[in-house]
Amino acid sequence: MLGIIRQKVGAGGASLLRTRSAVSALRSYSSAGKEMTVRDALNSALDEEMSADPKVFLMGEEVGEYQGAYKISKGLLEKYGPERVLDTPITEAGFTGIGVGAAYHGLRPVVEFMTFNFSMQAIDHIINSAAKSNYMSAGQISVPIVFRGPNGAAAGVGAQHSHCYASWYASCPGLKVLTPYSSEDARGLLKAAIRDPDPVVFLENELLYGESFPISAEVLDSSFCLPIGKAKIEREGKDVTITAFSKMVGYALKAAEILAKEGISAEVINLRTIRPLDRSTINASVRKTNRLITVEEGFPQHGVGAEICTSVVEESFGYLDAPVERITGADVPMPYAANLERLAVPQVEDIVRAAKRACYRSVPLAAAA
Amino acid sequence: MSLTTSTKFAQPLPLNTTSSRSKEHKLLFEPFRTNTFLGSTHKLRCFNSLSKSNLHRRSAIVAVSDVVKEKKSKSSTNLLITKEEGLELYEDMVLGRAFEDMCAQMYYRGKMFGFVHLYNGQEAVSTGFIKLLKQEDSVASTYRDHVHSLSKGVSARAVMSELFGKATGCCRGQGGSMHMFSKEHNVLGGFAFIGEGIPVATGAAFSSKYRREVLKEADCDHVTVAFFGDGTCNNGQFFECLNMAALWKLPIVFVVENNLWAIGMSHVRATSDPEIWKKGPAFGMPGVHVDGMDVLKVREVAKEAIGRARRGEGPTLVECETYRFRGHSLADPDELRDPAEKAHYAARDPITALKRYMIDNNLVTEQELKTIEKKIDEVVEDAVEFADESPHPPRSQLLENVFADPKGFGIGPDGRYRCEDPKFTQGTAHV
Ligand SMILES: Cc1ncc(C[n+]2csc(CCOP(=O)(O)OP(=O)(O)O)c2C)c(N)n1
Ligand SMILES: [Mg+2]
Repeated sequence: MLGIIRQKVGAGGASLLRTRSAVSALRSYSSAGKEMTVRDALNSALDEEMSADPKVFLMGEEVGEYQGAYKISKGLLEKYGPERVLDTPITEAGFTGIGVGAAYHGLRPVVEFMTFNFSMQAIDHIINSAAKSNYMSAGQISVPIVFRGPNGAAAGVGAQHSHCYASWYASCPGLKVLTPYSSEDARGLLKAAIRDPDPVVFLENELLYGESFPISAEVLDSSFCLPIGKAKIEREGKDVTITAFSKMVGYALKAAEILAKEGISAEVINLRTIRPLDRSTINASVRKTNRLITVEEGFPQHGVGAEICTSVVEESFGYLDAPVERITGADVPMPYAANLERLAVPQVEDIVRAAKRACYRSVPLAAAA
Repeated sequence: MSLTTSTKFAQPLPLNTTSSRSKEHKLLFEPFRTNTFLGSTHKLRCFNSLSKSNLHRRSAIVAVSDVVKEKKSKSSTNLLITKEEGLELYEDMVLGRAFEDMCAQMYYRGKMFGFVHLYNGQEAVSTGFIKLLKQEDSVASTYRDHVHSLSKGVSARAVMSELFGKATGCCRGQGGSMHMFSKEHNVLGGFAFIGEGIPVATGAAFSSKYRREVLKEADCDHVTVAFFGDGTCNNGQFFECLNMAALWKLPIVFVVENNLWAIGMSHVRATSDPEIWKKGPAFGMPGVHVDGMDVLKVREVAKEAIGRARRGEGPTLVECETYRFRGHSLADPDELRDPAEKAHYAARDPITALKRYMIDNNLVTEQELKTIEKKIDEVVEDAVEFADESPHPPRSQLLENVFADPKGFGIGPDGRYRCEDPKFTQGTAHV
């Protein structure tokens, strides 16, 4: 528990002062082992930011009366009313543009995509209206908007509903792209996103919503916030660095546990932010471990892993003792059949195998499916 | 004009302001009639005013509506359907219902996964339209696509196997519940994103016209029917395609399955003017509202609209008022719909209604209908057994079909195309 706090204080310089009192409160909490689901973390972050700033409002499909397709906005309509929790028709291009327009004029919209797959119908506004305006207007028009919702593969929902858009949005200047893993990430990063003066793409994961994580009093404090652009070392290690984001952080941690039993000490970096990428944390880790595995659910080509590799080749080439390995989704649209789907997304074993290869351990050939 | 209470229609009336031009239209209309495709915008404009044929169609649709009402109230003379037609419609609707009920069971038993959207209650729309189509005609659907596929002729076995994620499915387990495709039956696909099926369907209609007029395939009179929901009618793609379909006089029917809800969003809460059919005339095509719980009414309107498209007279927008008897998907708690509303529509079950019509009019006996129900139960049972016993897709399938030409995977380290390596499909592409 205290380890987590130390990290937080170290990482979130800005929140240090605000959270100092919370730190002492934590001690009484910590033994109680408080947990929170990612869903509740997001919900509470939205609630607190809406309560703190009347300019913040939420819009999207089913966010109001239905309480959110994944119940992230539960209770908010009741609390803030239909003027601030807006159920929209199914018109992503329309309501996203309206959100951007509202942000131009000083409001702080949070636009929920039922899933990020549907943001494809709104991508023009995210890229062209939101990301580029501050620059085009020479800083006259900033766009403090958050686009959030579940991203990436769920389970059994086929090709159109299982696409990770992290590298798409991360390739666009003007956007900030956040990818929470734990409840702490979800709370701290969503608050940061809403308070941020720029457009933020906030990629959640449906399969994490129901997962519970230990949570400290500091994180529960309404002033809590995480810095954008700062990765978190989830587990320290010395033999190999594994970078991951969102759901894959959990897989990387599991892989690290398995590796530990075999005498390999893996350092797991939770990227938290994909853009701006925390190159210094990654490179510092690689300079220590001399080996790198990147993990993501998205497609291999032009992926987040590709960018991380480049950064390491550029900045730490001389430190590498093994080729960098990228673990990604297979280079195919997501198949529906469960056995094929499993083959198409990274598994813990894939990470373990790659890490062993990087450490020059002999690896048995993958069993046929 | 007299309208029935359940079937409304509207026609694009020539705007007053264009009256001076409409004379010109009349003059230009005939000479260009055989060559309307993608001509100058001037020509296209002419054909879209369509004042002559609009007036003609207008009376035709009024007549249909009245006929539906009239004939329904009369006894056994002048029936809307023959016995054979009635049995075909009944069988198709019962198949749709029984298939979906079975899907619910199989989903809860873990045989299918992800999002499964069932069609219960809306059968009259699928059956009323699709049973009038030829195999060459196309259907575009949404994520709620099992029953459209069945009506169009895809076998229950192929759809069920797809849902089980098996290699014998209509897409070999690669598509899933929301993505049924059949080239053989011209099912253009289940499209999971709101509105995206509409332009694709419009493109299919475009290709029919192109084949006839540019490629000179004189017998290409294929029609496309696009199905989508009320919620989808607030999406821009709907409006964009109404415009282009009317502008280019494409052979398409836009069928709105207005089940009053889009997940938990009530249609009236989402739409400034909830009468969707009115949007047809705004874009220059007929708009019709029909009772979507009555397969005979749907069928009459469908005949008119499909005929119109087939004759090259352009698109029609049909709003079918219907209701889904289950939640949005099997994951939907369905807490927002009023029980009284549900009961109201449950009492108007389209299958029961057709049954009553046929029995009241002495078209069939109870026994004949029972025989059909029994047959369908067997078809569905068989589909489940077939799906259950079918093999899972082999690992090699993961990398198949990504490209029509697998050279798209590029060249491997040995300088040859990766796909030419016999071991290529044995590993995953990248991991
Ligand atoms: C672009 C897009 N946005 C959101 C969704 C999520 N979604 C799936 S179905 C649905 C409601 C559709 O309602 P309607 O068009 O009335 O069709 P129904 O489900 O009632 O048949 C929504 C919002 C989606 N599939 N695609
Ligand atoms: Mg609907």
